[in-house]
Amino acid sequence: MAIIDPRHAAKQLIYERIFRSATLIAAVLVLLILGGVAVSLLRGAWPALAHFGFSFVAREIWNPVTDQFGALAPIYGTVMTSAIAMAIAVPTGFGIALFLTELCPPLLKRPIGVAVELLAAVPSIIFGIWGLFVLAPVLQRHIQPWMIRVFGDLPAIGHLFKGPPYGIGILTAGVVLAIMVLPFIAATMRDVFDTVPPMLKESGYGLGATTWEVIWNVVVPHSRVGIVGGIMLGLGRALGETMAVTFVIGNAHRISSSLLAPGTTISSAIANEFTEAVGDMYTSALIALGLLLFLITFTVIAAAQAMLRRLERRSGAVV
Amino acid sequence: MNRRVLRKIKNGAFLSLSLVATLTGLACLAAILWTLISHGVSGMSGRLFTQMTPPPGSQGGLLNAIYGSGVMTLLGILIGSPIGVLAGTYLAEYGRNSRLSLTIRFINDVLLSAPSIIIGLFIYEIVVVRMGHFSAIAGALALAVLAIPVTLRTTEDMLNLVPIGMKDSSAALGAYPWRTILSVLYPAARSGIVTGLLLAIARISGETAPLLFTALNNQFWSTRLAAPMANLPVVIFQFALSPYNDWQDLAWAGALIITVTILVLSISARVLLALLQAQRGS
Repeated sequence: MAIIDPRHAAKQLIYERIFRSATLIAAVLVLLILGGVAVSLLRGAWPALAHFGFSFVAREIWNPVTDQFGALAPIYGTVMTSAIAMAIAVPTGFGIALFLTELCPPLLKRPIGVAVELLAAVPSIIFGIWGLFVLAPVLQRHIQPWMIRVFGDLPAIGHLFKGPPYGIGILTAGVVLAIMVLPFIAATMRDVFDTVPPMLKESGYGLGATTWEVIWNVVVPHSRVGIVGGIMLGLGRALGETMAVTFVIGNAHRISSSLLAPGTTISSAIANEFTEAVGDMYTSALIALGLLLFLITFTVIAAAQAMLRRLERRSGAVV
Repeated sequence: MNRRVLRKIKNGAFLSLSLVATLTGLACLAAILWTLISHGVSGMSGRLFTQMTPPPGSQGGLLNAIYGSGVMTLLGILIGSPIGVLAGTYLAEYGRNSRLSLTIRFINDVLLSAPSIIIGLFIYEIVVVRMGHFSAIAGALALAVLAIPVTLRTTEDMLNLVPIGMKDSSAALGAYPWRTILSVLYPAARSGIVTGLLLAIARISGETAPLLFTALNNQFWSTRLAAPMANLPVVIFQFALSPYNDWQDLAWAGALIITVTILVLSISARVLLALLQAQRGS
């Protein structure tokens, strides 16, 4: 038996300390990055925020020539496009998750699941050019004229569908976003549905419930928190998505009553104008937009993560 | 009796709707791939890989953009993944359930889905403004920041999958944790960590927004890291929105190259993971 050499042991301890510190530094770096993002955005945005004050988020004007900037139009565009995206993607994602967990033949479950996940891997710029060259013309020629004809004269919502069919605009951006966030929502919901204990579902079937009744009365209530978490994760993506929107939004700094009209979003305004911005106030106003986006998405994503975590802990406790 | 029929109809209706939803999702994927292939293949030629991006109205290729994307992605992974792997190691082996680890895990998940354009603005503020001009190194740093959360997450998950017995055996032989991690845990989790790297490469190689105001673009061949560098995503962005047919064709060809690369990376990551699970099972 060899006796442990004290010098060797001391060396081992030093290596241990070095390695441990290296991993700790790397881990803390993650916190520093987030802190750095917040601080640098705040610093860059300060001139514009100090100059315009609260009116920055309340004014529609966006005039680089006179150095007057307000964020209302991009905020409106961001909220509207995301709302349209969620209105389409949530029911569709729910349907896909339902199909994958309850209906799909086992043989197809994996291929379809993988296909949905691959849709999530396609970079957003691809959705952008596809939206511009394929989806926008289809919407312009076929869908939008029909919408104008059918909905345009309705009271209350008619104004949303007035005006010429541009093809590009808020509605088109919303549809492209919907396709982009669909895989995230579908995949999260599928994973959440999978955590429902089979015993609960079998009890439902044992009482004579149909598949839909089991889903609506057993699976959905049981996974409610996870469903909302998944939706908010998708919403976080939709709010911050840049390239896909920039191609099809039309880049007009104004709020139109019609969904068919061009608009802008926070991220697409930054992407379009940042490298061309001359003047400190212009650049600062764009960074202030970035700060707004950071605050909005951070809140939404953090809430989503908190919900999904709660679910994880709960299902961990059940098992 | 009537009620039973109604319930059955309702059941059938909702289940058919879920089938329709799935078909819609698959149709979108098929439509996008079909568009890419039909537009992109016609633009494919040897010129793509041998010539530089052309001025409007003349023919050219994407060589400088492909090179730039390759260099910045590689640098991004080289800078980002060691940080991600080490941080993941801390969370899985040292920190575990400490308050710090819980916070880092939470923040990492937030960074994982944070808008990439914000990261671009961050690097612009701390690198581009200081240097006074756009540069490839700024682009690579932005991509590195995006790669960290992906590698961190997979590394932690994969280390947690290593059977505890292996760790205990190593500790029982008197090895310090660092020895155990380097000689036992990393080799055992190797294919899992490689999967994380592949996913990170797939994630950053298609990113456009963070490169717009860090690396910018360059119409010419450039290997200088301190200067603006061409890259596929930004070239696609500029060329697709241009009115010139030659440029648009190049944009489609570039889009096809990027998408095929990313799909191949994602599929290999999945295959690797499936192999790993099969191995575990047996």
